[in-house]
Formats: sequence, C-alpha cells, structure tokens
Amino acid sequence: MSTVDLEAKIPNNVGLRDNKRLLMALEKWQPAFLRWWKDVGPSDFNRNDIYLRTAIGVGQGGWAHFDYVKMPDYRWGIFLADPVADRKIHFGDNIGAPVWNEVPGEMRNRLRRLIVTQGDTEPASVEQQRMLGHTAPSLYDMRSLFQINVEEGRHLWAMVYLLHTHFGGDGRDEADALLDRHSGDADNPRILQAFNYPIDNWVDFFCFTTFTDRDGKYQLASLAESSFDPLARTTQFMLTEEAYHMQTGENGLGRIIKRTAELHAAGKDPQTEGAIPLEMLQRYVRHWASASMDLFGGEDSTNAAEAFASGLKGRYREGDGIYKDPKALQQSYSLEVPTSDGRIETKDIPLRRAMNAVLLDAYIADCKRIVERWNRELEKLGVSFRFSLPDHKFNRHQGVYAGFRFSPEGKLIDAATWEAHLTEWLPKQSDRDYVKSCMHPVYERGKYANYIAPPSQGANNQPVDCEYVKFN
Amino acid sequence: MIDFNRHPSSYRHWQLQLDGEVAQLRMNVDPAHPYQPGYELKLNSYDLSVDMELADVIQRLRFGHPEVKVVVVASAQERAFCAGANIWMLAESTHPFKVNFCKFTNETRLSLEDASRHSGLKSICAVHAACAGGGYELALACDEIHLVNDNNSAVSLPEVPLLGVLPGTGGLTRIIDKRKVRRDRADVFCTMAEGLRGKRALSWGLVDAIWQKSQFTEKVQARAKELAAQLPHKSNKGVSLPTINGKATDEHQAQRGFAYSHVEVAIDAGKRMATITLHGPKAAQPSTGEAYEAAGPSVWALQCMRELDDAILQLRFGYEEIGLIALRTRGDRAALLQVEKDLVKNQSNWFVNEILQQMARTCRRFDLNARSMFAMVDADSCCAGVFLELTMGCDRVYLLDDARAQLALGPLSDGLLPMTHGITRLQNRFLKDPSHAQKLAKEQPKMSPGEADEQGLCTFLLDPIDWDDETRIALEERASLSPDALTGMEASLRFGGAENCDSKIFGRLSAWQNWIFTRPNATGEEGALTRYGAPESAKFDWRRT
Repeated sequence: MSTVDLEAKIPNNVGLRDNKRLLMALEKWQPAFLRWWKDVGPSDFNRNDIYLRTAIGVGQGGWAHFDYVKMPDYRWGIFLADPVADRKIHFGDNIGAPVWNEVPGEMRNRLRRLIVTQGDTEPASVEQQRMLGHTAPSLYDMRSLFQINVEEGRHLWAMVYLLHTHFGGDGRDEADALLDRHSGDADNPRILQAFNYPIDNWVDFFCFTTFTDRDGKYQLASLAESSFDPLARTTQFMLTEEAYHMQTGENGLGRIIKRTAELHAAGKDPQTEGAIPLEMLQRYVRHWASASMDLFGGEDSTNAAEAFASGLKGRYREGDGIYKDPKALQQSYSLEVPTSDGRIETKDIPLRRAMNAVLLDAYIADCKRIVERWNRELEKLGVSFRFSLPDHKFNRHQGVYAGFRFSPEGKLIDAATWEAHLTEWLPKQSDRDYVKSCMHPVYERGKYANYIAPPSQGANNQPVDCEYVKFN
Repeated sequence: MIDFNRHPSSYRHWQLQLDGEVAQLRMNVDPAHPYQPGYELKLNSYDLSVDMELADVIQRLRFGHPEVKVVVVASAQERAFCAGANIWMLAESTHPFKVNFCKFTNETRLSLEDASRHSGLKSICAVHAACAGGGYELALACDEIHLVNDNNSAVSLPEVPLLGVLPGTGGLTRIIDKRKVRRDRADVFCTMAEGLRGKRALSWGLVDAIWQKSQFTEKVQARAKELAAQLPHKSNKGVSLPTINGKATDEHQAQRGFAYSHVEVAIDAGKRMATITLHGPKAAQPSTGEAYEAAGPSVWALQCMRELDDAILQLRFGYEEIGLIALRTRGDRAALLQVEKDLVKNQSNWFVNEILQQMARTCRRFDLNARSMFAMVDADSCCAGVFLELTMGCDRVYLLDDARAQLALGPLSDGLLPMTHGITRLQNRFLKDPSHAQKLAKEQPKMSPGEADEQGLCTFLLDPIDWDDETRIALEERASLSPDALTGMEASLRFGGAENCDSKIFGRLSAWQNWIFTRPNATGEEGALTRYGAPESAKFDWRRT
C-alpha cells in the first residue's frame, strides 16, 4: 500500500517528498496552474465556499473527504491506484513480460502524444463550462458542476505528473502547453475539435457529461490496461472520479425528463411551463451521442492496431480476462462500410485494426442502458414517448461513415433526404433559443429551476436542500 | 501506352487558381482515384496519378503562365497538408515500379527547384496540419516553408521509425544540403515519427516561418506578394502545351514500339533492347524570340525534347525488361546547329529560356535512365548539338569510320545543358583533362570520325566491315549481364567528379533506398513496410550491414 502524504503542498501517494527533482518541477508548474484556474476556470465563484469532495487516498471506500472549500484552495493532489505486485503485460505482442515502470525508449513519443491528447481534454472541459455557474438551476447542481471542474483539474495534475516524471524536458514543455492552449482559441485551440465549443447551457452540460465524459471513461479504461504501469495506475484512479461526472449527466437529464413527463401527466404543455420538450431533448441526445462517437477515432485504424500491439492501450476491461484471444491476432471484425455507389458492404478487417470500433461498441452498449433507464422512468410516469440512441453511423464526421448521410436508424440516405429531416433530427436554432431562454439561475436553498426535477437524494447523504454553495 | 498527359480542366487531385503574379496551388487528393485500384489516397497521400498532375502543373506554370512569379503550395484538406506517398501503394507495388515512382517524383520536385533557379518562378509552401514524409519532401523542394504555429501542424520524416525505409524523395539530402540543418538535429528529426512543430521546427531550420493560425493565410500571401515584387516580369502571354501523343508502331502489337513526330522507339523484346531514334528539325525554325513565341509549342526544339521525355517515361514504366537502349540520330546537322545558335542568341526571351531549360531537363532525365545506353553513330547520323550531348550521356559511343558520320559540337555544350551534378557532359567526360573539355566547348569543332576518336568522343571507332558484327556482339554481351549490377555500375560511372544536392538525391535513392526496399527488414514477410498497419509489429534481423 502506498503512503499518502496529505500534509504536503501537493497531496500525493507517490513519495513526492523524497523526489526533489520532480517536486521542484511540479512546484514550479503549480502557480501557472492556479493562474490558469483563475483566468479561465469557473467564472466569478472562486470566493464561495463549496461543499466539495477531495481525494485523500486511493483505498476501497473512504478515499474521499467532503467539506466546504474555496475552489482555488482545493487540494489538487497526485494519486495513483496501488500497485499490483508482479503485474504482467496481459495483451498485445509483449504478453507475459513484466509491466514497464519506465517508458520504453521506442514508445516514448507515442506514449507522450497519447498522454498529452488525453490530458488536453481535462482543462479543456473546465474552460468550456466556465460560464455555467451563472445559470445553475440549483445549488445542488452548481456544486456538481464545480465538483466536476475541480476533479477535471485534478486529472490534469495526474497527466502532468506523468509528463514531468517520465518525459524529461519535452514532458515539462508539454505540461506547460496544456495550460497555454485554450478552448476555442483561434490560434491556440485545444487538440480535439469537440473541446473547442463553449458549453453554455445546462442541457448541453448534462449531455456532455453523459456522452462525452463517457467517451473519456472508455479512453481512460483502455489506458488503465496499459503495460506502462504508472499510466495504468493513474487512469485507474481517475476512473473512480469520472464515474461521478457521468452520473451527474445521466441524473441531470433524467431529472429534466422527469419534470417534463410530470407536466405531461398533469395534462400540461411542457413548453408553456418552461420545461424542455422530450422531442427537443431527443435532438440534443442525437447530437451529443454522435459527436462523442467521433472521439473514438477511425473504426479501421493502424494507429489503434499499433497501440494495442505495443501494449499501450487495451480493450475495455481487458484485464478481467473477458476476451478469448488476448493477442487479438486470430480474429477479424466485421465492419459495415458504405460504398460510393450507395450500398453498405460488410468488410472483415483484422481485429487489431478495429480496436477503436471495439471500444466504441462497448460505449454504445453502455449508452443504450442509460436510455433504457430513462425510458423505464417514462413508462412509470405513464408517458408514451421513448428515447433512442442514434445509430453509430448517424451524423459522423470521423471514421468510415464521415462524408456519408445516415438516418438516426442507420439507413444510408441522400443529401436531399438529410436536408429535409435535419431540423427534425438535430437541434435547430429555435431549440437553442428556447433552451437558452430557460436558463435562469436559482440560488435559493432547496429550490430548482422550472425545467428540472429535484434529485432523489443529496450529495454525500446530505439533504436535498443543503446549502451546497455558500455565497460569502 | 501510359498516358502521362494531364490538363488542369481534368485534374482530380490539385486545384490551380491563377490570379496575376501569385498562383495558388492546392492539393486536394481524391481518395477514390488512385493510379491503380486497390488502395485509397487518404489524407492527401499521393501516388503516380497525383504526381503526374503536379508535374503537369509545374510545366504549365513555366510555359503557359509566365506572368506567375510565385506559386503558393497548400492543401485544400483541413486534416492534412499531405501524408506523403501512399503506404498501401508502396506496399503493393513491385520493386521496379516503386523505384521508377520515386525517380519520377524526384524529377518533379527538381523541376520545381529548377523553375526557381532558372525561370524566376518561386514557390512558397504553406503547411497546416500533418505534413509527413513525402509531404514534407514536397515542402522541402519549395523555396520557403511556412508553418501554422498550433498544436497540430507538424513537419516530419517518419519513414525510419514507422516504415523501416528512407524518405525516397530527397528528404534526407535536402534537410542537410539545402536547408543545412545541423546533422545531429537532423538525426533526431528523422527518427521522430511525430516530427516537429512550431518554434522548434523554426529554430532547427526545418521551416522558414511560423504564423498563428488566424494570421496564417494573410502572412503567407503578403510574403508571396513581397517575393513577387522582387522578381522581373517575363510576359503576360504564355504558350499552351498540347498533349504528347505517341502511337504504337504496329497497332496490334504495342510491344513492337511506338513513335512520335521526332522520336521513334523500336522494341526488340527478345533481345531486351530498345532503339531510340531522334530526328533533327525538318522544317525551318524561328530565328528570333518573338518568332518562337508566335510559332508556339510545336517548334522542333521543344516538341522533340517533350517527346523524348515521354518516350523515356514509357520505357521506364512500361518496359521493365528492356535493359539496353541504343541511341540513333537522324537529320541535318547544320539545321540543328542553326537552331541552337538562334536559341542561344535569344535566350533572354522567356520562352526561348524555357525551351533551353526543357532541353536540359530532358537530357538529365536521359542520363538518369537505369538502363545501359549505347550510342550508335553511323553514316546517316545527325550527331550534333543536343544530339551529341545525348550521345555523350550514353555509357558507350560506337562510331562508324565513314566520312559521312560527322560529329559537331554545338553552343549548348558549354554549360547550358548541365548534368544533374552540375557539370557539362564534356567536363564529365574529360575529368583528367579539364582544359580539353574547355577547348572543345569553346571551339565547337566539326569532326570526322577519325578526329572525333582522337578528341576522345567515341569509345570504339569501327571499320565498316566490322560494324554489324561488333555492334551486335557488344549489344548481346551487355544484355546478358546482371541488371542490378549494371544499374549500380552505370550510376557510379556516369557521374564523375563532385556531387551536389541533386545528384546525391538520385545517388542515395539508388544506393540506399533501393537496397533497403529489397531487404527483409523492410519488405520481408515480417518487415516494417509489409507490417505497417498490419495487426502484428515488424520483426527485424538485428545484424548491421
């Protein structure tokens, strides 16, 4: 079991106290991080006391501590899951060899790029969400937002720790660059395009945390299998925090659905009551689900094959032994591929090249379960509307389906059909205007905005009407 | 026959936008139209079909648009400037095709540099997103490289770390010899698959300028205008190049040979031999620059060279087993020499200059044939001027001892038709006695066979009674030798003296890249090029050679 040092300036369980060189590097980076937080982090709420969870260890249960804290005073720490003794590489070409505690030279650049790309999304989402506090539908939701923001900040720390520890001067430069890039900056944008648009309303925010953070979960899960042990242990612990973010999204959308469904059941028109119509919400779901699927990368990818072969990225839950062939050499993957003459062909590609598609499949199965939970709730409330997840081919801009038009059911269609149905399938301007018109802050204890139902329980077993944010 | 003709109206892979002094050339490769079916040209990766169009663009800018002083080379695709030569194409291609593809792309890039040096046409490469391998090599051939300074835009030569081969289009040579990047930094750069971005790419000298994304287009265009302002105006009216149409000699049997208006190629597949016959000017040729412009592209000097160019490419790509080229010339020596005198007299005219540059390029392309080349100078020969240059480009010269078989040096032999490594064919021939080369170039003598032999211009002077037998034996003997050994030997012997950047590009290609391409570590079953994108990683034979 690793020793947790909570007294240090940077709480950690990686023995920072005894690693002077690393300590110096991180202490040098820390002021830049705090400057970044103040400049582009959550706007205007840094002086409020927020009821936040802080990671203080990595053990099963009891790893978190809840208390009121001002966000800039949040104790961002470095925590790796405890090492597993004699851990062996469990997939790819090097199967059976001991895991690496140092970066193999030949993988250094590729691994660095992987970590930088993952790390870049963490501060990016904080920047995207920086204005949301001003329209929080309740103190409960505001707390959730800031909880997510500080934890994404901690995930940035986790990635910076890896860069500083294992990638020398280049790693330090990359760590600095993570704070220099800004979401939506025309000259110095975030690496992945999806992270360059502001999230300026709570419907988008809950969709983002449901679908895009869930992509993050799957990316982290594949890195948690990594043969590079420090990366695996870092991401394993990040996953425990990430679960909360996705829950916030799923529950947030669930509460919006519940509110609308209740109005339906009472024979009222949701839109005149200031709630979000279910058809409109369905359009947001289609948009965010398809945009998040794009983040998985090409379905047929030599990079993905390389990452698997070399042991950098595994499949989802690879370590649980759920795959028959841990080398993934014997099998192929059947991929639906659109042809230029308007048909869909099934093409068998080597399984290793399909690793992005395999991960996407696991993600889609997960998303389907969420949609089913929402639908069960609707059924309970006696509303006939049912949500559905768009087909993985719908509205894609990356991968084999990019450049083709598909209906939400996955039927290949022509451009005219697409144009004719566009406003029916994806959020239109009037939807955005309407959603924006619903965004009014509710800062009163125990009160909730008109479009969202209260949660069924409070955070950390606190009452629902707890004063989660204290305005000083 | 393979159709090397391209026309802007039917480009599939490039967009050329003309607007006065600055032209915009955007790469926009259509993935669905590769040279051969079997792979897709994703991310602006290229193959022969893409490069044929690029070669056409450069030719048309030089001849058709003398008003253009600067061409900005960019990508029309958001995600990549250019991912380099298509790897699937390389993996699927035969070795000879691969080599000829590389040679063609090298010649195309050299023609871009040649245009900068001799035609007052500069190029600026505007790079955004990924610029990898052959993509960066294209950039290296431009006069300046401007790079978007963001997180995504990078230049790279990932061949060694990713594919286990070398950059095949002069990348290694140009970063050292042209850009003069320090060797240790070049070493780091060439083993770093992801390449370099922004400030480091600039400070290491891999690019000439970096600009923020929002200012990029504006800055590049401003630089293009600035550069254009420093260059002299040539003309507003260009000459439109018509297609070059070779015809099969026997339409039922294309393998028998093909012919153009001034060039004939006869194929003897059994002997693995081709005979190229060049014809001198038949009709009167213009004598002033204006007259040349008025006469246009069909003038003999241009037409004949373009035909020979096409013939060489046909032989390279379509007749891999033809190992030996016999060169014959026909026509009126005096008329040919008169053409050259007029060209030299009017070389300040932009079109005449372009014709001279084309002659020089074609002669170099001829020198670079990986085939044995024997010149056969017989009684009906027209071994004068540029035809004598081509004769001297051959590995051996067989001269018939007959008074009619005269040799005449022309005014172009004194430096207007330099070889790839920068010296004249006379200097290359007489390395031991430079003053002899100089004397011949200055005096431009007409020589009887005996005199030509005395001056060292023929390998064997043959008595008429021996001619048939001796030439037959020479050709048969040559055709029997190992093609690989001959390629290496000829490339080593043809280019004497010091190397330059251009000659190193070809030399390194033949010596290193071609060797690496055929090694198991690259193209064996477990080689890096074979295994690229395959589920399993490459396995190397670790022994250094």
